Amino acid sequence: MNLRRDVFQAIADPTRRAILLLLAAQSMTAGVIASNFDTARPTVSKHLQILTECELLKQEQQGREIYYHLNPEKMEEIANFLEPFRKLWNDRFNKLEEVMKSYKSNE
Amino acid sequence: MEQKTKITAEEGKQEIIITRTFELPLYLLFKAYTEPELVEQWMGNKVLKMENNVHGSYQFETTDEHKNVLFRANGCIHKVIENQNITRTFEMENTGFPVQLEFLDFEFISDNTSKLTIKIIFKSVADRDNMLKLPFAKGINMAHNKLEKLINKLK
Repeated sequence: MNLRRDVFQAIADPTRRAILLLLAAQSMTAGVIASNFDTARPTVSKHLQILTECELLKQEQQGREIYYHLNPEKMEEIANFLEPFRKLWNDRFNKLEEVMKSYKSNE
Repeated sequence: MEQKTKITAEEGKQEIIITRTFELPLYLLFKAYTEPELVEQWMGNKVLKMENNVHGSYQFETTDEHKNVLFRANGCIHKVIENQNITRTFEMENTGFPVQLEFLDFEFISDNTSKLTIKIIFKSVADRDNMLKLPFAKGINMAHNKLEKLINKLK
């Protein structure tokens, strides 16, 4: 089973934060990204996969190479520290609405 | 698309305003806040105590599967006017966060829509900012916990 990825999981890891920082300057291929770390290449690939799954990174095919670049919209979401707070309340209120709608139909 | 839940936190102020319009009649929205069984369902906490009257009080608790207390909060109810507003305090126990003052305004929009405005006043600007950062820190912790659980399963 694949765990649902969220941005918090993505940025909780120091290597992944370093990857984001690296890509802030320019787009790179997986090989070039991996060459910046001592970690084994498959480990870096796994990090790239997680970052891509939670949409912090986007892949772009250029000829035979795949380039990774930052997704500015998603980055903005985590940069804005109010957003997690808003999301927390939004989820809570969605739940309230759901609970009360079923309560109403049972009245 | 306009966001359903809005947060206003002006810089340098010790307050935040949370607004949300619900697809619910006003009385049901108010009930969601005052009936303990309903509060438990949407907040995900256990309600240990809830006296919705002037000078009443309430207490919430969350425990894990081993009955360890993860979270406990309490407050005093200053004033309740049915289907209009609740004025209360809120304090998370054992966290170092000072008590906060909450004004909850329930508003009729139409027969099937109602609006909730929560104004929270903090002891200081710094306390407010720390509270705003809390879900962010929690998100990171939760991710860690999930990973820990996963790793423990693999062991």
